[in-house]
Amino acid sequence: MITISNLQKSYGRLNVLKSIELEIGDGAVTAVLGPNGAGKTTLIKAILGLVKPDSGSIHVNGTRLNGNSEYRRDIGYMPQTARYPENLTVQEIIDMVKDIRGNGPGTDEELIGSFRLGSELGKKFKTLSGGNRQKVSAVVAFLFNPGIIFLDEPTAGLDPISSSKLKDKIIAEREKGKTVILTSHILSEVQELADRVVYILEGRIAFDKPMQYLLDHTGETTLERAVAQMIQRSESLQADEKESATQVNNEKATHFTNGREAAGVKPATEANA
Amino acid sequence: MNTLKIIKYQLQDVIRSRWIIFYTLFFWLITDALFRFGGSGEHVILSLMNVVLIVIPLVSIVLGAMYLYNSREYIELLLSQPITRSSLFSGLYAGLTIPLASGFALGILVPFAYHGGLTSEAAAGVLFLVFVGILLTVVFTALAFSIALRFEDKIKGLGLSLVLWLFFAVIYDGLILFIIFLFSYYPLQNPVIALTMLNPVDLARILLMLNFDISALMGFTGAVFQRFFGSGFGMAVSLGVMLLWLAIPLSVAFRVFLRKDF
Repeated sequence: MITISNLQKSYGRLNVLKSIELEIGDGAVTAVLGPNGAGKTTLIKAILGLVKPDSGSIHVNGTRLNGNSEYRRDIGYMPQTARYPENLTVQEIIDMVKDIRGNGPGTDEELIGSFRLGSELGKKFKTLSGGNRQKVSAVVAFLFNPGIIFLDEPTAGLDPISSSKLKDKIIAEREKGKTVILTSHILSEVQELADRVVYILEGRIAFDKPMQYLLDHTGETTLERAVAQMIQRSESLQADEKESATQVNNEKATHFTNGREAAGVKPATEANA
Repeated sequence: MNTLKIIKYQLQDVIRSRWIIFYTLFFWLITDALFRFGGSGEHVILSLMNVVLIVIPLVSIVLGAMYLYNSREYIELLLSQPITRSSLFSGLYAGLTIPLASGFALGILVPFAYHGGLTSEAAAGVLFLVFVGILLTVVFTALAFSIALRFEDKIKGLGLSLVLWLFFAVIYDGLILFIIFLFSYYPLQNPVIALTMLNPVDLARILLMLNFDISALMGFTGAVFQRFFGSGFGMAVSLGVMLLWLAIPLSVAFRVFLRKDF
């Protein structure tokens, strides 16, 4: 369970997150979507404690984030690009994470088998291909049966077989009641996996809807089109709001100029009309 | 506890990397060559002194900055584990300084040992040289950490590291000479001693020179230095200032690390 309230973060003058309110319950796959630079990764990093928010609060399983680290025992994280010490072998990397976590009961090494990483275990990290590095990172994220799993562009760079194995794994973990939060630019993949879509635009949540609602409500068959329609709607809604706001302003202005006319002042709004 | 685990895996990584092997071999070959060219233990130490004063600050500051910039994604991964930032920081710092300091110490002490230099009178001298070299290593890696954590841009950070090294190793002495020349009619001993304290490389040089009793080479100022630094008080002050050179950049780096967004 993750609760975020009024989360704000800016890098210098750039407001990356603007008062984010979000609650992520257990046992579901939540997709955080949005254009590049919208603040998805910053949001995830804030929950992981990698980025320190300017204001607002984050609670993970009831613990308020406050520079503490123990709450991360229940979190698995697969970053966009993973890099481990170059001269360690894959096996040593896995051992290292186990060592740091303190060998908890029952590690989950299923992915090593399904990714066929067995033959790579003795190789140094620097000699691995991009896809294999991604696989190691996925193995580490799922290694400790964490209750909450963050996957930042998990299938980018994976071959189709590994990618589908990973998706199977994600679905299986959801069935076990785990919380999965993922970002991706491949919307067909999101449609396949996610129960809920949180769409971030310029640091704000543009919409936050269950997958089925998005599809039913827009009448589209693919998530891509549904998202596009939702954004157009919210944009036109915003435009309407702006328009009505300016109308109200104009009315006020007219009242004002009428008043001035009565007082013998020449109206200036004609040109605007 | 976690600090030790991080150090363990950092060491496993660093020991296998090429640069630490080159660094060790560099000191090894130079020390060996100096012995073979007919130097006695003491002469070798004197020749090594200049190498140590130039090379250790340069390698420590540049490698230190590179190491942090290259570990960026790894730091992110480790911070997503149940590890506190303070234990990760100490792990990273020790994981770099331990191999650097041991590479240097090994590269000098082993050739000394098999050329018989350790049994002679020069033994104390070479141990002092190693001690000062390790001090320079920890000071300049701390400076590198504070620069690399402060500046997000790798090119900027590396450039600044090089400029800082150039300033301490080369430019600073020129400035002192210029000041001495400019104010040659004034009694300058005390201000010059103070200025020397502000540069860790100069401080190391003076510690070494006084220890090897070659301050006479520095003429009149040498005598002044001898009187100040040669005394127990002077030694204590210069070691204290050297430790400040370690503590201040390291605590700056530590504070930045605690608050930084990764």
